[in-house]
Amino acid sequence: MAELQFREAIRAAIDEEMAQDEDIFVMGEEVAEYDGAYKVTEGLLDKYGSKRMIDTPISELGFAGIGVGAAMNGLRPIVEFMTFNFAVLAADQIINHASKAKYMTGGQVNVPIVFRGPNASAGQLSATHSVSYDAMYAHFPGLKVIYTSEPADAKGLLKSAIRDDNPVLFMESEQMYGLKGEVPEEDDFTIPIGKAKVKREGSDVTVVAHGKMYHVAKQAAQQLDKEGVDVEIIDPRTVKPLDIETIVKSIQKTNRCVIVDEAHPFGGLAAEVGYLIQREAFDYLDAPVQRVTLPDTNAPFAKNLFDEWLPSPDQVIDAINTVTYRK
Amino acid sequence: MAIKVEMPKLSDTMEEGVIAKWNVEEGDDVESGDIIAEVETDKATMEVEVFDAGTILKILADEGDAVPLGNIMAIIGEEDEDISDLLEEAESGGGSADESSTADDVETKADEKDDEEYDPVFNELDNNDNGQADDGRIKASPLARKMAEEQGISLSNVKGSGPHGRIIKRDIESYEPSRAPAAAATVSREDTEHRVSQMRKTIARRLSESKFSSPHFYETIDIDMQPVWDARKQINEVSDTKISFNDIVVKACATALRQHPDINSSWQEDRIIEHGNVNIAVAVGIDEGLVTPVIDNTDQKGLQQIAAEGRDLIERAKDRSLQPEEMEGSTFTVSNLGMFGIEEFTAIINPPNACILAVGAIREVPVVEDGEVVPGKRMKVTLSSDHRIVDGVSAAKFLNTLKGMLENPLGMVL
Repeated sequence: MAELQFREAIRAAIDEEMAQDEDIFVMGEEVAEYDGAYKVTEGLLDKYGSKRMIDTPISELGFAGIGVGAAMNGLRPIVEFMTFNFAVLAADQIINHASKAKYMTGGQVNVPIVFRGPNASAGQLSATHSVSYDAMYAHFPGLKVIYTSEPADAKGLLKSAIRDDNPVLFMESEQMYGLKGEVPEEDDFTIPIGKAKVKREGSDVTVVAHGKMYHVAKQAAQQLDKEGVDVEIIDPRTVKPLDIETIVKSIQKTNRCVIVDEAHPFGGLAAEVGYLIQREAFDYLDAPVQRVTLPDTNAPFAKNLFDEWLPSPDQVIDAINTVTYRK
Repeated sequence: MAIKVEMPKLSDTMEEGVIAKWNVEEGDDVESGDIIAEVETDKATMEVEVFDAGTILKILADEGDAVPLGNIMAIIGEEDEDISDLLEEAESGGGSADESSTADDVETKADEKDDEEYDPVFNELDNNDNGQADDGRIKASPLARKMAEEQGISLSNVKGSGPHGRIIKRDIESYEPSRAPAAAATVSREDTEHRVSQMRKTIARRLSESKFSSPHFYETIDIDMQPVWDARKQINEVSDTKISFNDIVVKACATALRQHPDINSSWQEDRIIEHGNVNIAVAVGIDEGLVTPVIDNTDQKGLQQIAAEGRDLIERAKDRSLQPEEMEGSTFTVSNLGMFGIEEFTAIINPPNACILAVGAIREVPVVEDGEVVPGKRMKVTLSSDHRIVDGVSAAKFLNTLKGMLENPLGMVL
């Protein structure tokens, strides 16, 4: 085990996989000469050369399309978006081509591509740079979506994503790149896609939180621990395919659930998880499932408004108090 | 100039109306002719129309509130108009029937509700249940329901500590039967209370009034129904409308009443009214109670028409869409429990009638004919009469005419 930053864990995953498979290459804005906008790909140009570390113009649709075409022809591209907020420009390639090529060719063509980059908000970046896209991509059949919260998960799941023969969207956060954690060093360390993890065991309430929101949930749990409330936190890690079994198993024990999601409420991941819970765990519920999400409005710029807008530990505590009938 | 919307008299027997639904909110603009509310009266759910255009300035009764006739339900006027005088009037008894629910209270309640509903984080999860509307349903979490079932606990014995009295896990866990039963065979179940519906109130009032003020006496006669049985079979072979036994009994009563005007009458303290028309009401049992829709000029109608009208009235009685005037103006009532196998019963007179006929089931019984026991079809009918108007002999004469008609049904055709 080594203590790595989130960005180092991602770099390790890319590095280890590139070393093992010559078909893998990285493409995106500033990934090579500049070592990555967030220094994720630092040093990889020197190691693998400019044929496998490719700087692109600012043209998301173009390089996403090159990536999809390369994948259809047998290469294994890792396409970096400076943020998924910019990947909206490339949505046609992701949603209409990467996700559907295998289906429309009757399985003849695989698209083994990873689209990765930071997702959702990162402080005062205003409305167009603060959107969480995991649920949107998860909506489409043919795409796998991962949004991890800790370095070890990032490394294990990114390696699985690179090895997967389907298009995978791998989401990170600008605000987590410096986050440190123990990460296994073995080359064959992977985490299977579609497996949630119980990150904190508890008996009173199940909190489902992924990505940056895992850390918000963790703070709420630590606070409530002092008040004698025993919170279990489940990090789905993979948004799609979603591991509902682990969530249901937890609810069978705690009988209450709060979902924390850094996305808007309507039609979001929290809505889907809430639906699945009522279907799979109806008889185990002692309270209606609560969710803590962004409000149904765009990100404000002003700091005081932004702080209200983003799900906070206080909001999570409120929701937990509601489902545990403490208020 | 602000205008009061008062509880209108929507049926001739209503004394108060329950607001079933408001179609408008305070601040809404209305035109003359707009339906602003639905009101449950003792007979039906009726629409309340406004006759003036303006803005709804105040709503003075909540849905579910009973408002006495003539009391103010709402105030219409021009925006920002001073209506303090009218509010005072409403408060001093002219307003909502619920004494505690004065205008100010309504205001406060509305404010509290707004506060409750405003929740920036969980707003989509708020339901508007204020926990006061007691629909008799037990609220329990799915888990609590399952636990109670597994442990054999009746949820009606458990007090819920969750929001709106919801029974939750901890209530089941901490549940202790109030008294450990000596033998596990019996379970104590709590009483439940139901709000008395407008219809129930009307039934209670009118029938108590009838039973306690008019001296009832009862005469029962046994009628040979074999001729009707045979006649009905023949009629239904040619009739477009299926004729029931009750239709024939109603028709026979109508014809007999024409011959006995003293039965077709009403007591008016200092006068007795012998009605010119024969309008027979038919008692119809519905979920909430019973209603008595009227077939006007029954004696002048043929069996097919009586059957068709009767069926229509019964169907509409069951879905509560009868208009009040369709339940008014009866001069005699027929109540039939034959379809339930009731052999004979006595009915309470439906005011302002003088008599009501209670019709029993047609029974297959052995009868003696020419010294031989043969199978027969018999029906008992019991006439309840108001002794202030009708005497035993006149009631008996009427019953004999009726019996004669049913035993010679061709006579009715004449």
